Amino acid sequence: MLMQTQTEMAPRPAAEARPVLALSGVSKSFPGVRALSGVSLRLYPGQVTALVGENGAGKSTLVKILTGIYRPDAGEILLDGRPVRFPTAHAAGRAGVTAIHQETVLFDELTVAENIFLGHAPRGRFGLIDTGAMQREAARILRGIGAEIDPAQRLKDLGIASKHLVAIARALSIDARVVIMDEPTAALSHKEIDELFELVAALKAQGKAILFISHKFDEIFRIADRYSVFRDGELVGEGLIAEVTEAELVRLMVGRDVSRIFPARARNIGAEVLRIRGLEHPTEFSGIDFGLCRGEILGFYGLVGAGRSEVMQAIFGITRPSAGTVEVEGRPVRIRAPADAVAEGIVYVPEDRGQQGAITALPIFQNVTLPSLGRLSRRGFLRLAEEFRLAREYTRRLDLRAASLDTEVGNLSGGNQQKVVIARWLATRPKVIILDEPTKGIDIGSKAAVHAFMAELAAEGLAVIMVSSEIPEVLGMSDRVIVMREGRMVAELSGAQMTPETLVRHAAGIGGGEAA
Amino acid sequence: MTGRLVTSREALLAGALMLLLALVATRFPGFVAPANLARVFNDTAPLILLALGQMAVILTRCIDLSVAANLALTGMIVAMINVAAPGVPLAALIALAVGLGTLMGMANGILVWKLDIPPIVVTLGTMTIYRGTIFLISGGKWVNAHEMGAAFKALPRAVILGLPVMSWVAIAAVLAFWLVLTRTTLGRAFYAVGGNPRAATYAGIDVGRTQFLAFTLSGALAGLTGYLWVARYAVAYVDIAGGFELDVVAACVIGGISIMGGVGSVAGALLGALFLGVIKNALPVVNVSPFWQLAISGTAIIVAVALNARASRSRGRIILRRAEHAA
Amino acid sequence: MSLAERHIPDRLHPPLRRALLRWESLLLLVAAAIFAANAMASPYFLNAWNLSDATFNFTEKAMVAFAMALLIIAGEIDLSVAAIIALASTAMGAAAQAGVGTPGLVAIGLAVGLACGAFNGLLVTRLGLPSIVVTIGTMSLFRGISYIVLGDQAYGGYPAGFAFFGQGYVFWVISFELALFAVLALAFGVLLHATTFGRAVYAIGNNATGALFAGIRVARVKFVLFLLTGLMSGVAAVCLTSRLGSTRPSIAVGWELEIVTMVVLGGVSILGGSGTIPGVVIAAFVMGLVTFGLGLLNVPGIVMSIVIGALLIAVIALPRLWAMRRRA
Repeated sequence: MLMQTQTEMAPRPAAEARPVLALSGVSKSFPGVRALSGVSLRLYPGQVTALVGENGAGKSTLVKILTGIYRPDAGEILLDGRPVRFPTAHAAGRAGVTAIHQETVLFDELTVAENIFLGHAPRGRFGLIDTGAMQREAARILRGIGAEIDPAQRLKDLGIASKHLVAIARALSIDARVVIMDEPTAALSHKEIDELFELVAALKAQGKAILFISHKFDEIFRIADRYSVFRDGELVGEGLIAEVTEAELVRLMVGRDVSRIFPARARNIGAEVLRIRGLEHPTEFSGIDFGLCRGEILGFYGLVGAGRSEVMQAIFGITRPSAGTVEVEGRPVRIRAPADAVAEGIVYVPEDRGQQGAITALPIFQNVTLPSLGRLSRRGFLRLAEEFRLAREYTRRLDLRAASLDTEVGNLSGGNQQKVVIARWLATRPKVIILDEPTKGIDIGSKAAVHAFMAELAAEGLAVIMVSSEIPEVLGMSDRVIVMREGRMVAELSGAQMTPETLVRHAAGIGGGEAA
Repeated sequence: MTGRLVTSREALLAGALMLLLALVATRFPGFVAPANLARVFNDTAPLILLALGQMAVILTRCIDLSVAANLALTGMIVAMINVAAPGVPLAALIALAVGLGTLMGMANGILVWKLDIPPIVVTLGTMTIYRGTIFLISGGKWVNAHEMGAAFKALPRAVILGLPVMSWVAIAAVLAFWLVLTRTTLGRAFYAVGGNPRAATYAGIDVGRTQFLAFTLSGALAGLTGYLWVARYAVAYVDIAGGFELDVVAACVIGGISIMGGVGSVAGALLGALFLGVIKNALPVVNVSPFWQLAISGTAIIVAVALNARASRSRGRIILRRAEHAA
Repeated sequence: MSLAERHIPDRLHPPLRRALLRWESLLLLVAAAIFAANAMASPYFLNAWNLSDATFNFTEKAMVAFAMALLIIAGEIDLSVAAIIALASTAMGAAAQAGVGTPGLVAIGLAVGLACGAFNGLLVTRLGLPSIVVTIGTMSLFRGISYIVLGDQAYGGYPAGFAFFGQGYVFWVISFELALFAVLALAFGVLLHATTFGRAVYAIGNNATGALFAGIRVARVKFVLFLLTGLMSGVAAVCLTSRLGSTRPSIAVGWELEIVTMVVLGGVSILGGSGTIPGVVIAAFVMGLVTFGLGLLNVPGIVMSIVIGALLIAVIALPRLWAMRRRA
C-alpha cells in the first residue's frame, strides 16, 4: 500500500522550488501562555508538509494564524515571497489559503452545493444565485475528487467522510493554493482514509501546497514529502520525510530529557479505592476495566478523541454509561450526577476550563467553597467567615497568586484558575481525584507546581487519575499508564514498559501496538 | 433513517393537516369544499405573511415579538391618513405602510446588532412602545368602516382569477421568500448565521448585520399586513391583532422552524400557519367554542417544540468505529 | 518573594464602599428624585393614605418579580406568570361559585400556581426545552384554559372574608399586601443572598455547565425555581382576585412584561448570573411611583406601558452605550 501511493505521487520538484507560503519568526502569546515563539514554516507547491507535535505544541495556533482567525504578535507571512496580512478569515480565503478542520465547520441545514459555494456562489439574472450553475459546478468538482455525492442533498444526511469530501470540494471551489488539513483522518475508517489519500495525491498533482497535521505516523510516512516538528511553541526540526525515521520524529516531538522537571516520588501504594467494571457507552467507549489504589497516580494516555475524557466524565456522572459498575472501596455506588460522585469522594478537574472549570464571574472564595457549602453552612444558611477560612487554607496550600480572595476568577492567569479548581476539589476531602490534561496551556512555572502538588497528594494517600497527552508528563508522573485508542483500552503499562515509543505506538496503532 | 424522517418533517406536517381536514370533513363535509378552503386560506393570509418574516428572524437565532404591534400601528396610521386626507393615492399609502413597518423592524434590528441586546428584550420593549403609540396618535378612538375610503377598503377583497388580492399577496410572499431563502446570498446567510454563527463568521458573513436584515424583512411584512388587515376588516383601534405575535411564533414552531436557529423552510412556515388557520376556522364548524383556540395553539407550541427537540438531539462524537460497533 | 506578598487578603475593598458604586444605589437616587418630583407636581401626593394606595400598583407584580429575579439570575425565564395568575384566579372563582370558603380558595390559588410552575419546570428540566418557547406556549395554554372555562363571562361572589388579602390593612396605612410584600422581599433576599441555594442560583446563571461540573444539581435547582415562580404567581392571584373581587380571563394581561421589566430595571442581567433582591425592591418602588405620579397627572395607563417598554430597553442599552463610548 505504501509503495503504491509513492508511485502515484507527482515527480518531486527540484529542491530549490520557491515556497508558495512562508512564515518566518512568527510569535503569538495569550495571557499566561506563549503559544508560538519565532517559528518558521515553508509550504511548497505540489508537496505535502506534515506538521508534527504534541498537543499544546502550537499547531492549532499556527492554523488559526494561517486562516486569519488570529493575528501574530510578531513575524511575517510571505505569499509568493511578498509579505501579506490576513486580518480576517475572508482575507485568508481570498489569498487562496483554506483549511479543512478536525471537526468540519460546515452547515448541516444547507445542501452540499450551497456549502461548497457559501459566500462565492455563481450569480445569474437579477443577482439571484444561479442554482443550476452552482449544482453543475459542484457536481463537476465532486466528480473531480471522485466523490459520488448528490450536490442537492442536505449536508446533515451525509456521513462524516462525505462531509470531509464536501469540505475539500469547498477548498477546491475557491481555487485554494494552500490547503491545510487538520487531523483529517481522525474520524475516518481505513477505506475512507485510502480514498482521502488518493485525493491528496490529486491535489498535489494540481500543484497545491498541502499542510498535513496528524498524530498518526503511518499516515505521515505514507503521504508527506516534508516534515516540521513543533514542541512547546518552537520549531525543533524540519526536513525531508525520506531522510528521517519514525524514531527520530518521536524523539524530536517528545524531547530527549523526559524526566527533567518531575518531582521525585516515594511510592506508597495502598488498598484499592476505585474499581471500574465493564463500563460501556453506545458510541463513545467500550470495555473499560481498571482499578486504582490509594497513593497511586494512574496515567491515561491516548490521542485526542480516543475517548479518555468521555470515560472520566461517565465516572463523574456527567454522561450516563449504558453498562458497567463503579465501586468505591469495594462497594458498588450509583452515580447519576456529579453531585453523587462528589458525595462518594470522586472529583474531576476538567480539561475544558473555559466552560467546565471555574465559574469565572464568581470570586475565588465562592469557587473554592461551591461543592463544600453543604458542610460549611448551617441549615442551608451561608457562613462567610467559614467560607473564607476554607478558601484561605486551600489557596495557600496551592500557592495561589491573587490580589484578594474576592477577586473574580476570570481575572487570574490560566495556571492560577486551574489552582482554584484543584483547591475547590481538595477542600471536599476526596478519595479519588481525576485530573484531565491538568497542565495543558499553562506556563512552565505553574506546570511544575501542579506536578509537585500531584506528587504530594499521592504521598498523602489520595488516588489520582491523570489524563494527559503530554508524554513527558505521563511518564514522569504516573505509576502506571493505560493507553486508549478509539474508545477502548489498548494497553496497560508499568515500570520498564513505560517508554515514549511504546506509548506512541499503542496510541497510534502502529505495528506491534495491537496487542492489548 | 433518522435523517430521512427529519427531512420529511414538512411531509409529516402536511399529513397532519390532511388528517385534520379529514376529521373535520366527517362532521361537516362542506368544510373541505374548494370555495371554503379558499376562504380559510384567505383568512389565514395575515398569519402566513407574518410567519414568513418571523421565520427569517428565528432562522438567525432571534425572535420578534413586536410584529403584531407593528402591524397595528402601521394599520392605524394609514387608516387615519386615509380618513384625514382621502386624496392620498392608495399606492402611496401601501408604500407608506411597508416603509413604516420596515423602519420599526430596523429599529429592532439596530438594537440587536449594534447594542447586542437580547432580541426577546428588545422586541418585548418595542412591542409595548409600538402598541402604546397607537393610543397616543389615535387618542384611543376607533377608525370605523364608514370613515374609510371605498378604494382603501376594496383592495384586499378584490377578486382576481377567483382569489381575493389578500390571498394573492400571501402567495406572492411565499414565492418571494422561497426565492430569497433558496436563491440569494442573504437567504444562505440566514441559515448559516443561525446554524453555526462561528463558522459563518469564518465564511465571511457578518452575523449582526444578517440579523438586522431579518428584522427589517419581518418589519416590512408586518407593515404590509398592517394595511391589509385594517382594510379587510375595515376597522382600526388600539388592540387589533392583540396577542397575534404568539400565533405567529406558534405557526413557526409548529412548522418545524427551530427556535435554536438555522433550521426551517418556507413550506414549514406555510404549513404551520395553515394548521392554525384550519383549527381556528374549524372550531365553530364542529361546535367548539372559539375560546378553545388559545389553549389549542399553546398546546401545539409545546408539542411541536418538544418533538423538534427530540428529532434534533445531537448524537455525540461517535468515537467507536461503526463497523466494530455493529459486530 | 516575601511572605507578605504571598498572603492573600480576603477582600480588597470594604463592603460599604463597593455598595455605594452599585446599580442599586443609582436606582435609589432615581426613586428619591421621582418621589420629590411627584411631591412637587401634585399636592395630593404627600398623603399617607394616597401613598399607601400607590403601593397597590406594584406589590402584586413585585411578589412575582422576586421569584422571577431568581429564575432570570439562573439563566431561565417564565413568560407564563400572568397566565398562571389568570388560571389560578379562574380556579378560585369556580371554587367560590361552588361554595368553597376563604382558606380553601387560598389553598386552591396557591396549588394551581404550584402545579403550573411544576409543569413549566418539568418541560424545561426534563425535556431540556428552551424556557422562553416553553413558557410562550404555556402562556397561551394557561390563559386559554381560563378562556375555555369563562368565555366572555366573569366570576364574582367571593366570600366576604376573602376580601382581606387585597383590601385589608394590618396596621394603620399598612395594607396586608404591603406587609406581605415586605415579608416576601425579606424572605427572597435571605434565600438569594444568604443561603447555599442562592449561591447555587448565581453559579448556574454564570455558567450552568461549570456549576454541573462543580457538583451542583442544576436541574433540581431550576425546577425549584419554576415551582417558586408558579407559587408566587398563585400568591399574586390571591391578592389580585381579592382586590378586584372578580375574575375575568383577561385578568393581569401583559403583566409578564411589567414583571420582567421590574426585574431588569432592578439590575438583574437578562443573560443571567447577576442581580439582587434589594435592586428589585427599589425597582418596584420606582415603577409604582412613576405609575402613581402619572396617574395623579391624569396620564392614561397605556402611556405608562410605553414608558415601561422604553425603560426596559433603556436600562439595558444605556450601560452598553456608555461602555462603547469609553472604549472608543
